Amino acid sequence: MSAVETSILSADAYVQDLLRAAEAQSAIGKFSRRAFLKVTGLAGGGLVLAFYVGEQGMALANGKAQEFAPNAFLRVAPNGTITLYSKAPEIGQGIKTAFPMIIAEELDADWAHVKVEQAAINPAVYGRQSAGGSRSIPMSWDQLRRAGAVGRAMLVSAAAKQWNVSESECTTENSTVFHKASKRKATYASLATGAAALPVPDEKSVKLKTRAEYKLLGKRIGGVDNHAIVTGQPLFGIDQVVPGMQYAVFVKCPAVGGKVVAANLEEIRKLPGVTQAFVLEGTGKPTEVMPGVAILARSTWAAFSARQKLQVKWDESTASKDSWSAFVEQAKKLASQSGPDSLRNTGDVDKVFAESKPVEAFYSYPFIAHAPLEPQNTTASFKDGAVEIWSPTQTPEAGVKLVADVLGIAPEKVTLHQTRVGGGFGRRLMNDYMCEAAAIAKQAGVPVKLQWTREDDMHHDFFRVGGFHSFKGGLDKSGKLVAWQDHFITFTQDGQRPTSGGDLSPDEFPAQLLPNARLTQTKLPLKIPTGPWRAPRSCSIAFATQSFLHECAVAAKRDHLEFLLEVMGEPRWLQPGNEFALNTGRAAAVIKLAAEKAGWGRSLPKGRGLGLAFHFSHAGHFAEVAEVSVDANRKLTVHRVVVAGDIGPIINMSGAENQTEGAVIDGFSAAMGQQIDFENGRIVQNNFDAYPILRIASAPKVESYFFESDFTPTGVGEPALPPVAPAIANAIFAATGHRVRSMPFTSEGYTV
Amino acid sequence: MRLNINGKEHVVNDVAEDTPLLWVLRDHLGLVGAKYGCGVALCGACTVHLNGAPVRSCSIRASAVEGQQITTIEGLASQDGKLNAVQAAWIEHDVAQCGYCQAGQIMAATALLKSNPKPTDADIDSAMAGNLCRCGTYTRIRKAIHAAAEKLSGEMVSQN
Repeated sequence: MSAVETSILSADAYVQDLLRAAEAQSAIGKFSRRAFLKVTGLAGGGLVLAFYVGEQGMALANGKAQEFAPNAFLRVAPNGTITLYSKAPEIGQGIKTAFPMIIAEELDADWAHVKVEQAAINPAVYGRQSAGGSRSIPMSWDQLRRAGAVGRAMLVSAAAKQWNVSESECTTENSTVFHKASKRKATYASLATGAAALPVPDEKSVKLKTRAEYKLLGKRIGGVDNHAIVTGQPLFGIDQVVPGMQYAVFVKCPAVGGKVVAANLEEIRKLPGVTQAFVLEGTGKPTEVMPGVAILARSTWAAFSARQKLQVKWDESTASKDSWSAFVEQAKKLASQSGPDSLRNTGDVDKVFAESKPVEAFYSYPFIAHAPLEPQNTTASFKDGAVEIWSPTQTPEAGVKLVADVLGIAPEKVTLHQTRVGGGFGRRLMNDYMCEAAAIAKQAGVPVKLQWTREDDMHHDFFRVGGFHSFKGGLDKSGKLVAWQDHFITFTQDGQRPTSGGDLSPDEFPAQLLPNARLTQTKLPLKIPTGPWRAPRSCSIAFATQSFLHECAVAAKRDHLEFLLEVMGEPRWLQPGNEFALNTGRAAAVIKLAAEKAGWGRSLPKGRGLGLAFHFSHAGHFAEVAEVSVDANRKLTVHRVVVAGDIGPIINMSGAENQTEGAVIDGFSAAMGQQIDFENGRIVQNNFDAYPILRIASAPKVESYFFESDFTPTGVGEPALPPVAPAIANAIFAATGHRVRSMPFTSEGYTV
Repeated sequence: MRLNINGKEHVVNDVAEDTPLLWVLRDHLGLVGAKYGCGVALCGACTVHLNGAPVRSCSIRASAVEGQQITTIEGLASQDGKLNAVQAAWIEHDVAQCGYCQAGQIMAATALLKSNPKPTDADIDSAMAGNLCRCGTYTRIRKAIHAAAEKLSGEMVSQN
């Protein structure tokens, strides 16, 4: 195996590490590490609180614990300004509003006068600072509540001391402490300096509010950056400007793994506006810097124009030769067999299949791109052995460490500023573009803004991996589902384990609930990089499993709702105490709620149908019912999608509803028309003409219902997405009798 | 090159003849509200107004619009910072997720309401067809446009 091939493989291992870190399931609602609060000084006085985390257990955390915390969760200034710091990247999931809401609730701060700022990257102070796996809320819920509650306790102490009354007689509301008995009150502003002089109580000792006491959480609160967004202020990575910066493009081999043999750099350097052009050997890892040509210019347009004239001779001897059409042919041939890897084998599926003819079907779904609307970019300035970076990333901590590795400098020499992110969807868990900008800036000796084109973005993604499922389902005499077999055909980079995002859990629904189940796996060799895409695995697997489950219900001549509830069985939590494990009681509740709200069972005119699907992922139980019409030309209209979810208490109702509305539209958009083809290692699609994002006319009405159970609150960025595609596919069947077994639906002749 | 943007005359030097308006706005004038999304008028993130009509600034040469009235998202609010009805409705309905496409959406919606003060759903579908939202905020975009239309018609009535 060549060095480049080895590099590509280790890149996949790194992506898998990122995904594992994003989806870590440490105890939620509890502090798993020693942590305590410190008061730090603030110029001009006032109260500043920072959590100081004594140990860092995170694999990707950067840097050692610092004695002094330069940043904090909250600041109360004597002039009345309350500043709350949001520690994690804002990628459109609404965390920059949700995080401070949690702090403000426990602090009893007046939300109307709170200022929210993006925190600096400092995991020693803040703990987890990434956006992925829908983990922001569950992993930070306790930490942020206690940050606010400690602040409140200290302000109350300061007031009680000033009035010489007992703390227990004081109450708080709207950034004010009250002593009702003596009709006294003091604003947090007036108490800030006094509070700062007090010892910090143990955060475990402070009393947290009960849900009944919440005034802010659960309300509909608008995004804190909304005004800046509607007035076009510079918020995003692409908007950053550094004095003296030049504009860069970076051209890589269209087939991953290709190296630069020669390029017409002399000619390029003479083009108008061009300042430099050079080859970067890179590290050979798609997660870092692949070999390519950097062109620097005095404007983005000059750089874009110059690249049109660039001619590169690539050595593709070790580059990808992957072909999607060849993979499809291979998979079809393997469909009738079992796979060599056994993932699960419980009971005796063969006995069931021998007793009655099994239901059989073959499902497929393609590779897809993330296509965030903001193409990858980063601004970087390298000076005196240190680099300063402005980047839209989902994993800033990991980015700092990676840039340090790539440049061969210490992580302390990397300063990363978090910008707002123009769409994440999992793409920006990888920081390849950040590494490229840093490497180009170092080589060029001037600050640079690296700007990928849309075509770069579509060609050099870490794609959602495609896959195939060859199913058999076994019914008993009463029409009950008792056996499930899935030969899962996926891909591998290293020949050992499935490529990132392409693994099937042995506990995948519904195998885990059935007495007889056999899951086997075949892995086809692949070089094109893959990675997590919104609700990794679930975003594709749910389409296959939830559609095939419906096929089984139809074969049993039973109502899908009743059939699905029977599969869930008695209400039980498969791993009590672990929110990331299926709870069939919560599942049944959302399934019933979605069915009820959608009017399940009502008769509909010809060509119109209801489809149901459920999926559990990222600690969220979600059921959805789609109402779909199909005309004679297979033109689809998705009239309405009803979403019922249980993610515990809702932090920001407006944000949660926005996420479910978006997840439905994103899920439909991907299922309907998105596919990345590749031949000879080259991605075929270039831009949105060939890679359609759903447009407004096709967007269904979305109704969201949340259970708001008393379980620990969990995230909503991902789990509402997986049920959409199968709900629509099942509705198409209900409307027409035609079973859709592959995504995108356009491949089966459907249009919107 | 002389450009009239948001009612102000700008002189831009050292710009290649074929530079799209988008990059002149962003790189030369620091008006970064219009966004780069696709470069070929497929996504609408770069939408600005040319003489009041929505255009894709990534696909129009700046040199071709000299002397014409260009309005960007930065020029929608009044001098004293009062947001227009569409911007206000966008905040009221908490439309944005990542927010990247929203300047383009707001420019398209503002132009729609100027030419059609009471758009139907079908009118909205056709006027907004060129603006992609990757986060899928279309449900709220539709609501916000209807709300802005209602507010504007209320203002007209009270003025009469």
